[in-house]
Amino acid sequence: MAEKVFTWLDERLGLTTIYNTVLDRKVPKVNWWYTLGSASLFLFVIQAVTGIFLTVYYVPSPDHAYDSVQYIMNEVAFGWLIRGIHHWGASLMVLFVFIHMLRTFYFAAYKYPREITWLTGVFLLLATIGMGFTGYLLPWNQRAYWATTVGTEIPGTAPLIGDFIIRILRGGTDLSAVTLARFFSVHIWFLPAIILLLIGIHMYLVIRIGISSVPHKEDNPKEG
Amino acid sequence: MAEPNRLERRDFVKVVVAVLGSIMGAIIVLPGIGYLLSPAMSVQKKEAWIPLGPLENYPIGVPTLFSFTQTTVNGWEKTINSHGVYVIRFDEINYTVLSNMCTHLSCRVTWQEDLSEYICPCHDGHFDIEGQVTFGPPPAPLEEFETKIEDGNLFIFFAEG
Repeated sequence: MAEKVFTWLDERLGLTTIYNTVLDRKVPKVNWWYTLGSASLFLFVIQAVTGIFLTVYYVPSPDHAYDSVQYIMNEVAFGWLIRGIHHWGASLMVLFVFIHMLRTFYFAAYKYPREITWLTGVFLLLATIGMGFTGYLLPWNQRAYWATTVGTEIPGTAPLIGDFIIRILRGGTDLSAVTLARFFSVHIWFLPAIILLLIGIHMYLVIRIGISSVPHKEDNPKEG
Repeated sequence: MAEPNRLERRDFVKVVVAVLGSIMGAIIVLPGIGYLLSPAMSVQKKEAWIPLGPLENYPIGVPTLFSFTQTTVNGWEKTINSHGVYVIRFDEINYTVLSNMCTHLSCRVTWQEDLSEYICPCHDGHFDIEGQVTFGPPPAPLEEFETKIEDGNLFIFFAEG
C-alpha cells in the first residue's frame, strides 16, 4: 500500500529525481571541513524555527521588549530552551559561516566556475552578521542598548554622510522605539528573505556545478 | 536463510531507527507544543466581594448601572478590565443585582427606559427588568449576583475564571 502511494506521488512530483539530483550526486573524496556549509544551513533552519517560536511572546516595543523576554525566560514552559537555542545558535551560525568562508578561500574553491557561488556566499556572510547585529538589540537590556548605540555610532563617523547613516539606522537621531521596530523588522523579514533567496541560488549552484576537490600538490603543473 | 522467528539484521536496524527517531522527534516537538500552550495551562481564579456603596444611593424602580474595575496579570502585564452591574431596587426591602453581560456572546446590555428592557446592541437580545429573556438569541437570563449588606453597604460576590 505504502509503495503504491509512493509510486503515485513519485510519478507526479518526481521525488526520485529530486533525491538523485540533490542527495545522490557525485562528490569527490573530501574531509570534514566540507560539512560546514550543511552545518550553516542546519543552523539557519534552527534559528528560523526558534525565531518563529520567539515571536509568539516577544513584543518589539520599549514598553514590553525587556519584560516579554523575561516572561519567556521565567514563565513560559521551555521558553528558556527556545531562547537559549536561538541565542547560542546565533553565535554558532556566525562562526560556522565564517569558517566555511575560510575553507572555501584556503582551498581556492572560489575560482572558475564557482565565482557566483562565492559571491552569494559573501552576501550570505554579511546577511548573517546583519542578523547578529539586529538581533542583539531586541532583548532591550543595557547590553543591547549600548551595543547598538556604539554599533550605529561607528558608521556615523563616515565623512559627510555619517549623520545621515545614523538617522537611517536609528530611524532618527536617537535610539528609540523606531530603532527597535526597524531592527525587529529587518531581523525577522528583510534579512531572512534575502538569506533564503541567496541560499536558494547558492545551493542551486553547488548542485549544478558540484563541489571542488581538495587541492593537491600534483594539481600544480609547475611542480607536477 | 534466516531461521524462523529470528530477527533479521535489516529489520532490527529498522526498529531501532524507528524507536530512536520517535524519541528524538518527541524531544524536539513536545517542548515546542508545551511552549505554545503554556499560557493556557494556568487558570486564574478571581473571587472578591465588591462594595457598591449604601443601598439608599440607588433609586427605587429604575435599574442603575454601577461600574468597577478588576486587575489581572496576563503574561508580564497588568490588564484592567471594566465591569458593570445593574442594581435594581423593587421597593424599600427587595432588590437584586444583575450583570450587564449578555448571556449570548458577552456584549454589554443597556437599560432602555422607554422600552423598560435591557437591550444588547450586538444581536438585539432583550431582557426584562428582572433579567429574563423576552426577545432574541440569548440562551439564559442575565446573571444575578450573590449579595450582602454590611454596615449599611451593599456588596456583591464577584467570581471569574
